[in-house]
Amino acid sequence: MLQVILKRVAIAIPVILVVASITFFLVRMAPGGPFDAEKVVPPQVMKNLNAVYNLDAPLIIQYKDYMFNLIQGDFGPSFRYPGRSVTEMIFTGLPVTLELAFYAILIAMIIGGLAGVIAAVKRNTALDFIPMTIAMIGICMPTFLLGPLLVLFFGIHLELLPVSGWDSLAGDKILPSITLGAAYAAYIARLSRGGMLETLGQDYIRTARAKGLPEYQVILRHALQGGLVPVVSFLGPAIAGLIGGSFVVETIFQIPGLGRFYVEAAFNRDYTMILGTTIFFSALIIFFNLLSDIAVLLMNPRARSEA
Amino acid sequence: MNNQSSLWSDAWRRLLANKAAVAGGIILCVLITLAIFAPWIAPHSYSYQNLDLGAQPPSATFFLGTDTLGRDLFSRILYGARVSLLVGFVATAVALVIGVSWGIVAGYFGGRVDSIMMRIVDVLYGLPFIIFIILLMVIFGRNIWLLFGAIGAVEWLTMARIVRGQVLTIKNQEYVLAAQAMGVSNLQMFRKHIFPNILGPIAVYATLTIPQVMLLEAFLSFLGLGIQPPMSSWGTLIRYGVESMEEYSWLLIYPGLTFTITLFALNFFGDGLRDALDPKISSD
Repeated sequence: MLQVILKRVAIAIPVILVVASITFFLVRMAPGGPFDAEKVVPPQVMKNLNAVYNLDAPLIIQYKDYMFNLIQGDFGPSFRYPGRSVTEMIFTGLPVTLELAFYAILIAMIIGGLAGVIAAVKRNTALDFIPMTIAMIGICMPTFLLGPLLVLFFGIHLELLPVSGWDSLAGDKILPSITLGAAYAAYIARLSRGGMLETLGQDYIRTARAKGLPEYQVILRHALQGGLVPVVSFLGPAIAGLIGGSFVVETIFQIPGLGRFYVEAAFNRDYTMILGTTIFFSALIIFFNLLSDIAVLLMNPRARSEA
Repeated sequence: MNNQSSLWSDAWRRLLANKAAVAGGIILCVLITLAIFAPWIAPHSYSYQNLDLGAQPPSATFFLGTDTLGRDLFSRILYGARVSLLVGFVATAVALVIGVSWGIVAGYFGGRVDSIMMRIVDVLYGLPFIIFIILLMVIFGRNIWLLFGAIGAVEWLTMARIVRGQVLTIKNQEYVLAAQAMGVSNLQMFRKHIFPNILGPIAVYATLTIPQVMLLEAFLSFLGLGIQPPMSSWGTLIRYGVESMEEYSWLLIYPGLTFTITLFALNFFGDGLRDALDPKISSD
């Protein structure tokens, strides 16, 4: 078991390095330099700028230097914001984004998981149809539509909650967290319903019932473990989706998180910032996929013995 | 052969019994028809600007109102349907072809092949696609065909994982082991035993991928990276709607409503298809 986990970790590290390399070359392939948007500068100034940011060296040397610094945790300077390093900017934005993601996933797991399990147990009743219809709305309603609608209703119409910002007004974290978490609550509700339905049809559940175990015990002690496997394996990739969602939510609600920095960097052609955040996000996603893989292994005895 | 056709006719019967799925199917048919015949149905031009008119609330002439440039919203939604649905179907087809072949090969051969192929999927999962799409859009211009390819190239990953999982389950079943013991070739095995048995999940997942692809397109258009004016997809319409939602709420509400209903219909239809094609879940 430990060996399997170590093997996975050993694979993850070169994967991150390969992703870093691919991203490095992809970003350098894009036409247009980081200083294009600014007013025309004399050639000598341009040359000095390129020298300062190591853009005049041959590509392969730039690559070597970048990777070498990267291993030491140095993502280089930002092209857009002179004097600030990318590492510094990542760690300014990260806590905000993580907090937002944490609230969102918490909302999603509690509401979604509960709704899904109840829907599966009370199959084909109102307790199944109503939550599942709402879940369907949650999936069909994109973040960039739900966010503005919530702002329109709770912020502008009812004037109950602040419409933007983070940590500045009371309750300004509520709307962004709900906006980001809603779609995941819906997915988790559907996944846990599906997983529970499949598990409840298994022979060992029939055995448990035949033994005369009360229904709630059958569900809590036997069905949940198998039924929630799809949810756990969804959580890893969900983190990747949450990061994409944070782009939209942080833009709509003007939250100073990593997602908004990233979108800005992409539009500004801030090479080092794009590179740094991409590599950072990739490492984060790979790490969470690893965690959810390990959790699935621990939860599913059959997969455990196969591995 | 008889057994197969009865499986599909059983599924068809179950699908027709599912009211939500039928309703979803009907809505889809209507939408596709409207989208195809948009040039003949649309009461006004989608790009004709009438600045004097400005943003008008819904009325008899413009029954969903007009946008800030005086363009008829209903006509724009109709033309938007063409773009959004086209992206949905074409990009899903791209994702389907890549994902299914990848998943079958990885799942069937297992071992080292499987772990290498799935690691590649992981690496690609790790690349935030927005950079990839921004780069392509910058280098080649914001081209709609490129958008299809780029979205398809992102969405196949999940398909590959699902198909691989199915194949892993199927290949350990007794009848596959029996066929293997009898010396059936790999190609025959795919064609006769594996493929027909994963067709159900593939059909279901493809139907459920279409709304995801449409969401992705709308997401890109919302950020300003997708469809460019004067062409409009539902995503661009929502983007403009959000910009002016405080004064002209109909510009957000109608495109948003159309988009949500369409995604609804697709998801209900996909769900119905899944229940119809998976007798294990729908037997009781």
